[in-house]
Amino acid sequence: MALSIEDIKKIAHLARIEISENDATATLTKLTGILGLIEQMQAVNTEGIVPMSHSQDVVQRLREDVVTKTNQREAFQKAAPLLGNGSTQQAVDSGLYLVPKVIE
Amino acid sequence: MINSSLKTLSQMLAKKEVSSVELTQAFLNRIDTFNPDINAYIALDQDKTLAQAKAADVRIAAGSAAPLTGIPIAQKDIFCANGWKTTCGSKMLANFVAPYDAHVISQFDAAGAVNLGKTNMDEFAMGSSNETSYFGGVKNPWDFTRVPGGSSGGSAAAVAARMCAAATGTDTGGSIRQPASLCGFTGLKPTYGVVSRYGMIAFASSLDQAGPMAKSAEDCALMMNVMAGFDERDSTSLQRDKEDYTRDLNKSLNGLRVGLPKEFFAEGLDASVAKVIEAAIAEYKKLGAEIVEISLPNTGLSIPVYYVLAPAEASSNLSRYDGVRYGHRTESYTDLMDMYCKTRAEGFGAEVKRRVLIGTYVLSAGYYDAYYLKAQQIRRLIAQDFVEAFKKCDVIMGPAAPSTAFKAGEKVDDPVAMYLQDIYTISTNLAGLPGMSVPAGFSASDDDKALPVGLQIIGNYFDEARMLNVAHQYQQVTDWHTRMPELQLPQGTK
Repeated sequence: MALSIEDIKKIAHLARIEISENDATATLTKLTGILGLIEQMQAVNTEGIVPMSHSQDVVQRLREDVVTKTNQREAFQKAAPLLGNGSTQQAVDSGLYLVPKVIE
Repeated sequence: MINSSLKTLSQMLAKKEVSSVELTQAFLNRIDTFNPDINAYIALDQDKTLAQAKAADVRIAAGSAAPLTGIPIAQKDIFCANGWKTTCGSKMLANFVAPYDAHVISQFDAAGAVNLGKTNMDEFAMGSSNETSYFGGVKNPWDFTRVPGGSSGGSAAAVAARMCAAATGTDTGGSIRQPASLCGFTGLKPTYGVVSRYGMIAFASSLDQAGPMAKSAEDCALMMNVMAGFDERDSTSLQRDKEDYTRDLNKSLNGLRVGLPKEFFAEGLDASVAKVIEAAIAEYKKLGAEIVEISLPNTGLSIPVYYVLAPAEASSNLSRYDGVRYGHRTESYTDLMDMYCKTRAEGFGAEVKRRVLIGTYVLSAGYYDAYYLKAQQIRRLIAQDFVEAFKKCDVIMGPAAPSTAFKAGEKVDDPVAMYLQDIYTISTNLAGLPGMSVPAGFSASDDDKALPVGLQIIGNYFDEARMLNVAHQYQQVTDWHTRMPELQLPQGTK
């Protein structure tokens, strides 16, 4: 199936990547080439073949329901990004991360 | 000293012929000299490195040294190391200082090894030339106009230029073996699940596997003894008994059945590479191996399948980079959606964006069955090819890469041509099998440079010790693995 510029913009939106008109055009050419490569799969009859999601046939381990990790909030929040929009402070406050308001 | 095996270095340390501080300083000096040109390391911290070397010397003096105590190792920048900048080759993580250690890093720390620094790589391990790194390309030490391969290109150049005693890498579709082939050293991708992925920045979780990059099979075996082992923090880490990967190194190869897949010697393989591989096979015959022709009929499909599955997993894994908790956040934005979209547009490079977009597309409503499910079905066919093949042989051999190192810039605008670099390596990742690349000789380029060629050895599940034996025996009768590039001192260096 041939991709269009509109498809590229829609996929970029789903992937939460801003894309300019110019980039969308260049991306269309590259992705069309890659999808052409991928299309080779369609010639294979895969009826009845169980999909393989993983190379080892193992099940998830279970563990006792006990606390194993300590709170390292301060260490982790040291890596927080800068707030932006003119502020050079880190995007944290009272142990929480700061993001734009999402609820009116 | 810089060209000595890990075993020799370990003995020299034990006998106090050299201290870990002296050895480490020798490598740091070499890095100072050559890294500005080669760009193999993207994070260095002499204080941290030398503190580890001092601690190793104390441990050696106390008589409690392990085999790698005091040995300076380069770490691919995909492994989180507490207090070290850990970027994964991306602008997204350009200022990220890891708050914890990956399992691989803590294993080396516990062994008393010295972390020399973090090595350059393709952004999020997506690439076969190291040219997608936000921190610039890496030069192939054999010819500075050429790429070292990727994604573990920095580790590869560091090993080849002897800017470390050994290095770590990761391999999702060939990222240890292809650079090992292009830079002329020994690299091993273990069976999936043997080395913990904890703290190793995720690309495609069902394929990613860490492994050693070193001068010889024996060195790789010693590295494996440190890296491998069960870790409950990785849900796919396999619960198995601890192995000594050096145990079979000296076994005879008499009667070894070597399978040659006809698909690995078909169209697409450079004639000059084929010649070197054939000479290596002839050497194995002399060592007593028996050659068996086999077929891996679905080899050609491994690239299409990989470029559905790996981007699908990547698009999911990389959704964590949203500018909220760590990593890059765009400077100005209007609302949350705008913040996400700008942050990711700025933080990811072109190849990473392409793969995230492909992954998003193949997983999107209406296409899941045609692409993702279909690819998973063919993945099973590819794995079954190997099951059939291993009924007839003990190991499989062939080229690790279709060509020698190519020129920087040559394939940078043609993703499909770049993807074909991994034609001989990807199928083992899809099957979860171990594979390695071993220096097998050189081939002259058009401009008359001698460029290394790697022989690939693929083993059955958990057969690393045998593969290391097969490579080690070859390295007892050949000297390709001891060859190192003649590096010109940069101008102005005394």
